[in-house]
Amino acid sequence: MSAAETSSDLIFPHRHLLGIEGLLPQEIGSLLDLADTYVDQNRQTNKKKSVLSGRTQINLFFENSTRTQSSFELAGKRLGADVMNMSVASSSIKKGETLIDTAQTLNAMHPDLLCVRHGDSGAVALLARKVGCAVVNGGDGSHEHPTQALLDALTIRRRKGRLQGLTVAICGDILHSRVARSNILLLNTMGARVRVVAPPTLLPAGIDRMGVEVFHDMRKGLKDVDIVMMLRLQLERMNGSFVPSVREYFHLFGLDEAKLSAAKPDALIMHPGPMNRGVEIDSAVADDINRSVIREQVEMGVAVRMAVLDALSRNLPNTPYVNGAGSDGAGK
Amino acid sequence: MSRTALINARLVDPASGLDEQGALLIEDGKIADFGAALFKDAVPEGIEVIDCGGHVLTPGLIDMHVFTGEPGNEHRETLGSATQAAAAGGVTTIIVMPNTEPAIDDVALVDFIKRRARDTGLVHVHPMAALTKGLKGEQMAEMGLLKEAGAVAFTDADHTLENAQVMRRAMSYSTYLDALIVNHAAEPSLARGGVMNEGELASRLGLAGIPKAAETIIIERDIRLVEMTGARYHVSQVSTADSVDVIRRAKARGLPVTCGASACHLTLNENDVGNYLTFCKLDPPLRSEDDRRAVVAGVADGTVDVIVSAHDPQDPETKRLPFALSAFGAVGLETLLPATLSLVHNGDIELAAALRALTCHPADLLGLETGRLGTGMPADLTLIDMGVPWVLDRYKLKSKSKNSPYDERRLQGRAIRTIVNGKSVYVQGEDV
Repeated sequence: MSAAETSSDLIFPHRHLLGIEGLLPQEIGSLLDLADTYVDQNRQTNKKKSVLSGRTQINLFFENSTRTQSSFELAGKRLGADVMNMSVASSSIKKGETLIDTAQTLNAMHPDLLCVRHGDSGAVALLARKVGCAVVNGGDGSHEHPTQALLDALTIRRRKGRLQGLTVAICGDILHSRVARSNILLLNTMGARVRVVAPPTLLPAGIDRMGVEVFHDMRKGLKDVDIVMMLRLQLERMNGSFVPSVREYFHLFGLDEAKLSAAKPDALIMHPGPMNRGVEIDSAVADDINRSVIREQVEMGVAVRMAVLDALSRNLPNTPYVNGAGSDGAGK
Repeated sequence: MSRTALINARLVDPASGLDEQGALLIEDGKIADFGAALFKDAVPEGIEVIDCGGHVLTPGLIDMHVFTGEPGNEHRETLGSATQAAAAGGVTTIIVMPNTEPAIDDVALVDFIKRRARDTGLVHVHPMAALTKGLKGEQMAEMGLLKEAGAVAFTDADHTLENAQVMRRAMSYSTYLDALIVNHAAEPSLARGGVMNEGELASRLGLAGIPKAAETIIIERDIRLVEMTGARYHVSQVSTADSVDVIRRAKARGLPVTCGASACHLTLNENDVGNYLTFCKLDPPLRSEDDRRAVVAGVADGTVDVIVSAHDPQDPETKRLPFALSAFGAVGLETLLPATLSLVHNGDIELAAALRALTCHPADLLGLETGRLGTGMPADLTLIDMGVPWVLDRYKLKSKSKNSPYDERRLQGRAIRTIVNGKSVYVQGEDV
C-alpha cells in the first residue's frame, strides 16, 4: 500500500475521469490501492497532505447534491487544493449553451481540476471537450457516476478482500440510475457477477446484454449473493407511472429482513444514499451494524475522490509527475 | 432560340430503363431530343456544346423532404441558401415542409414561398402545406384552396397527426382532391422524451429511447384508415424493418400507400451516435444495423418509394448542447446523392433503383412535370461523376447550417453539373 504513495505503482493514464467505461482492471485496482492509503490518512489526526498544493479545484454542480459535493470538497481540501464550490441550480440553467459558456468562463480562471455534476447524460463529456483542465464526472444524467462505483468497490474490497468472484445484486430503479450503470461496468471489469433486481418498468432496454442476470423477484435475485446494493427510487416515479404505489413497491422490492434472508449470512448491504426508509429499504436493515456498510460508503467516498484527484493531477501538464512511470497518457 | 447540346453523356432515365451513351439537346429550357443517335457525327453550328465526359446524365433529383427556416428562422436557412445547397447536391426540385414560423397553412404563405423561391432560388421549390391548421392536429387546413395555390401534398411535418378521427376525416376529404397525405410516423405518447433508438446503446449512454413500435403503430393505424377512406397516403420516413414489412404488405394488398427514407437512415445506424454526437440525433432516430439493411432492401425492391434528405438545418445554439437537449435533424441536400451512391457502390441497390427513388417516383407521387428524360419535359438535369472520391468538409457546405453527420467522411461520387430549365445552376469548381 505504501508503494502506491510513491506514485510509481499508479496506473492511470487518463486526462479525465468521465466514466468507468474504458477503464482497465489494473487501472481501477491501482486507484483503489491509492484510495486505501487515503482511508488510513483520513483516520489520522493530521488529515492534510500537500499533493494538490497550489492547485485550484472547482466543484460545478448543476444538480443539487449535498453529500457528493461535500465529499469532493473535503477530498480536495485534504490534498491541499484551493477548492471553490459553484452550485448552479438546474432551474436557472436549462440551456446547454449556458453550460458551455459557464465552462469556458471557469476555464479562463485556470482551474486544474473540475468536478462536475449535470442532469443530462453526456453533458460532462461535452464540457470536458471545452476546457483545458482535468474533469471528474460527479454524475451525468442516467449515464455514469464513476466515483460512486469506485467508492462502492473500495468498500466491498476492504470488507471482502476482493471483488473477483463475488455475486452482487443491484436492486431498484436501474432505468434511471447512473450509479447502477457505473457499478455494472466496474463490477464486470473486476470479475464480479452482477444481478439486477427490479420490476420490468424500471429496467432499461437491452439490460440483458450489459453483462447482468435479470431478476424480477427479490428472493430469487438475492439468493446467495455477497452484496446487496439498493438504489434510491424517486418518489415521483411511484405514483402509477413506473410502479403502482409505494406500498406495493416496498412489499415486492423493499429490502427487509425476510427478503434479505435469501442472501448469504454475511452479505453486505449498500445504498448510495440518500435513503428512502420504508420505500426501498427497511430501517432495521439499513441500520444493522453488522451488515449495513452505508456509513462506510460515505467514508470511502472521500478517500476515493482524493485518489481520483491525486491521480488526475499527476497527469496535468507541467507537473513533476508528468513523465513519471504510469502516466504515459498524460496530456493526450 | 437558345440551344444547348450535352454530348458524350451516359444517359440514364430510371423511369424508362434507358441507360446508354448518347447526347441530349436542350431548346428553350426543354428537352428537345436525346439518344444514342443524336449528334453522332457532329453538333451543328450555333448550338452551345457541353461535353459530359462520359458521366451519368439523369433527370434532376427531387428531394421531397426539406426544412428551411424561411419564414421565421432565416438564420438557419433561407430558401435562397437551401436552393444553393440543392443545386450543389444535384437536386433540381425541393419540396419544403410547412413547419415554418408561421406554418404554411394558408394560401398567402404558399404564395409567399413560391414568390420567394422564384426571386431568390436556384431550383424549383414547391411547398407541402399543413394538414391541420397551425400544425395543431385539430382542424383540417384548407386543402382545396392550398392545392390550387400550389401545395403539392399535405402534412403536419415533424408533428405526427395523433388524433385518428382528424386523420380519418382529412384522408376522407383528400380523396376528391386527389391530394397526397403525408404523416410523420411516431406515436407521440411512446416517442415523447426519447432522443435515440431504444435499445442497449441508449441504455448504456443513459439516454431515453424511442421504441421502434412508436413508428409501426402509427403506420398500421394509418393503413387501416386508408382502407376506410381510399386516400393516397405517404409515410414521410421509415426507419425500421417492421415499418418496411408493414408497407410491403399494404402495397401487396393494392392500397395506395407509399413511403420514403432518408439517406441518413440508409447509410448510418445508431452506433454513429457514438459519444453523444448531436449531428446524428435524428427524428426518426437512427436505428440498428438490421433496420438499416431492411430499409435499404426496401429501396432495392421498391417498397420504399423515395429517398429524401430530410434536410433540417440547425445552428450551434441548437446542436452544441447535451444530447437530450439538442435539436433533432441534419442537413442533407448536399449529401443526398453521394450517400445514396455509396449504396450503389456497395452493390446494395442498382443505380436505376436509386435514381428512381430520387426522380420519377417523387415526381409521380407529387404530380410534378419533371423527373424523366422525355421530349418536351423541362430540362432539369443532373450530371453525376459516379467515381470521384472526396471528403466532406462541413464548412464548405452551401447550406447556412453545418450540422452534417457526414462531416469528415469519405464519399464517392457527386453532382458535377446541375441544370434547371436548361440553365446550369451549378458547375463543380465554378461560380455560376
